[in-house]
Amino acid sequence: MATDLSDGASTDGAFTDDASTDDASTVREPIVQPRLGPGGWARWAWRQLTSMRTALLLLFLLAVAAVPGSLLPQNRQDPGRVSDYLDAHPTIGPWLDRIGAFDVYTSVWFSAIYLLLFVSLVGCVVPRAGQHWRAMRSAPPRTPRRLDRLPAHTERALPAEADRAPDALLDAALVVLRRRRYRVVDNRREDARPGAAPDASLSAERGYLGETANLVFHLALLGVLAALAWGSVASWSGQAIVVEQQTFANTVVAYDSFSSGRLVTTGTLPPFTLKLTAFRVEFEAGDRAGQMGAPREFEATMSVVDTPGAAPRTVVVRPNHPLDVDGTRAFLVGNGYAPSVTITDGNGQVAYRGPVVTRPQDGNYTSLFVVKAPNAEPRQIALVGVFLPTYELQDGVPVSLFPQPLEPRLMVNVFLAAPGVDGLGFTTGRPQSVMRLESSRMSMVTAADGQPLRVLLEPGASATLPDGAGTVRFDGLARYAALDIRHDPSKGWALATALLALAGVTASLFVRRRRVWVRVVPGEAGPTVVQVGGLARGEDAHLQADVDAVALAVLGPGLTPGRGDTRDPKGHG
Amino acid sequence: MAVQQNLAQLSNTLVYSAMLVYTGALGAFVTDLARRGASASSRSVAPARPPALVGSGAAGGDTSDPAEGEPEAPASRASRAANIAVSLTWLAFGLHATAVLIRGLSVQRAPWGNMFEFASSGSVVVTAVYLAVLTRRDVRYLGAFVIGPVLLTLGLAVTVLYTEAAQLVPALRSVWLLIHVSVAFVASALFTLGFSTTVLQLIQERRETARAAGRTPSRGRFMDALPGAAALERTSYGLHIAAFPLWGFTLIAGAIWAEAAWGRYWNWDPKEVWTFVIWVVYAAYLHARATRGWDGRRAAYLALFGYACLLANFLLVNFFAVGLHTYAK
Repeated sequence: MATDLSDGASTDGAFTDDASTDDASTVREPIVQPRLGPGGWARWAWRQLTSMRTALLLLFLLAVAAVPGSLLPQNRQDPGRVSDYLDAHPTIGPWLDRIGAFDVYTSVWFSAIYLLLFVSLVGCVVPRAGQHWRAMRSAPPRTPRRLDRLPAHTERALPAEADRAPDALLDAALVVLRRRRYRVVDNRREDARPGAAPDASLSAERGYLGETANLVFHLALLGVLAALAWGSVASWSGQAIVVEQQTFANTVVAYDSFSSGRLVTTGTLPPFTLKLTAFRVEFEAGDRAGQMGAPREFEATMSVVDTPGAAPRTVVVRPNHPLDVDGTRAFLVGNGYAPSVTITDGNGQVAYRGPVVTRPQDGNYTSLFVVKAPNAEPRQIALVGVFLPTYELQDGVPVSLFPQPLEPRLMVNVFLAAPGVDGLGFTTGRPQSVMRLESSRMSMVTAADGQPLRVLLEPGASATLPDGAGTVRFDGLARYAALDIRHDPSKGWALATALLALAGVTASLFVRRRRVWVRVVPGEAGPTVVQVGGLARGEDAHLQADVDAVALAVLGPGLTPGRGDTRDPKGHG
Repeated sequence: MAVQQNLAQLSNTLVYSAMLVYTGALGAFVTDLARRGASASSRSVAPARPPALVGSGAAGGDTSDPAEGEPEAPASRASRAANIAVSLTWLAFGLHATAVLIRGLSVQRAPWGNMFEFASSGSVVVTAVYLAVLTRRDVRYLGAFVIGPVLLTLGLAVTVLYTEAAQLVPALRSVWLLIHVSVAFVASALFTLGFSTTVLQLIQERRETARAAGRTPSRGRFMDALPGAAALERTSYGLHIAAFPLWGFTLIAGAIWAEAAWGRYWNWDPKEVWTFVIWVVYAAYLHARATRGWDGRRAAYLALFGYACLLANFLLVNFFAVGLHTYAK
């Protein structure tokens, strides 16, 4: 998996000097399979898993397996759409559900793919790290006997009038190689290589950083995975709706929904409170195609008390600008209208009073709501209705024309329980959705013509329900902000490891590893000959440039080495 | 912050002018290819360029510069049509870039807040990257395969994707729009050039295989004027390794923005998923290229697949997948 990305050459961490190690060129003989014991099979399986081909297959599978989650609704994003999908597809839906198609990214098969991929990665990276560690500590290899067999090579004889001592030539080469950031071993020194005779040559290597960066990249990917895993057990999040002028205190019970990782102690959430003092919303009012009513500004002004007793501070929260309380962040993720309603029951007592959170259904904030008054006497009352911020009747159908409350109206159907009966089922103790009315034990109030009674209210208006059941009043209008409040201690780590991976992959793709050798053959009868040879891992456009530069420096500026094949043709014999 | 509608009108006019000049450039590039093809095949009657030499490269012990050793010589002998094409491309680029700039001025923000603006700005980056590469290497043979897609994208932008100039929805008002999207542009532009080169590489390889088997490829004579498959493969690899880290940056910048906007740096939103899928497919391409026994051709198919995912991410995901990025419609 983690083989050097930059080339198509050998995968064993060392350079190979010729092509004979290539798989394709090995002569295939009939293979006698050895018998494998359990240990042998385990080794075989491990080798298969950590092979490049398997890693490639797993990468490809990962890409393919991620796609269904973008096409099918997912529980983690929108459970409502998943149940809609299940309702619409009664045949295939349950099957998809069974194989985890609505929870792709936590499903067994998706997890299996990425876990195998990371195991494969570890199995590849760890041995390579060891190899690389040894390579970094060991000297560049001895000068090959024949430099003219290397992919990049130049060889020049010094003219007699420019002849210099071999040592001076090698010293010049040493300077050039060091300036080009090569690690150079001077083979003339007695202590250069224990057990080897001194040799009038230099061995140089550069580009260790490429392999280091490649390993860093792969290890950093493990770090990203670890950060994600830590985030899933150490983070918490909750959703809350705060109506203007209301105060939210950060405790688990105050949330509409709350989820937390296993390591979170929910009793000790940061004890801040926030009050939504104002919520400014603007929409595109110009009459331009497709843009009318498009949102332009959401601005929630909050008074925040960070810890009990602290002085309140004013914070303006917008999309992309969350509230931050010591690492816990509150994001503005939604908004809507909360009309205030008063329901008076048949006995003249107030059975409900307060803002009702409505759910916008479209861009013009046509919003649905349900109000339940279980304490109404003698008959329980429930309202199911629509809030229209800019009401208009189009062909007998009430619609909202604009998202701002220019002509706000409540339009409700009224449901009543039988006298003295708990039609709303509040005494059963069963949890109820505040957004739905279980209407089987409630009867809808009808008008004189037998049609369902539809009460239309403007702000400040009230309506009397038939049969003395009570009255309904539209008191006023407020907005609410839907907040997503989160704490995730892993995100700094995720970012750091991701950036490390990015730096690693960039360096590994662009840093080339290459070796250069320089040898001076003193002329006994003829001129002194300078040989320079270079070897790169993979193709490398700069290898020849380095070889030429060394030759140029050694020979002096007056004697540019000529290009061309200087190989001795007999060398191929 | 009012939207300057007259500036937006001017920008649209410039886009149409740019399209006209691009069409001229495309015509000139195609003419050039046709001429090259004609001259190359008349030359190929003589054994001037034995196909077996192609790709022997540095491995054969040749000490000449590999960039020059490849048969790029015919490309540098390009016709006058090629020069006209390049001039027209510069002109079209000037018009196009001005159009994008003025669109940005008219709405007083980065001009990539909707699909129309994204397509228009994205394609100008493709042209810019192509022209930048052109100053360093003679890749005039690629022109038709770059200007064609740019013209197609602009055509799509002004017809299907057109959106009136307007301010941004609040969800998009962030400095990360500037960073995340502009880097995505450059990466996509490089992937586009890489895609074109890869397609040519595969065609060239086919022709070389046919030649090696003693057959004469019947169609696409202009391909004879292009570099060999091995040289094209190297160019394509160079473009891809430049694009890959940039795409990684796009992914990370997107995650940072997601954290600031929604509180979660990664939530498997369809757009996030596809950006990730594209990254993984190109990672597979780079690995495939480094795998022994996998030749350039098989890796090339992965690169093509990656580009298909890139297109799907832009076109299909915005329209068909429901997610937090759907404001980009």
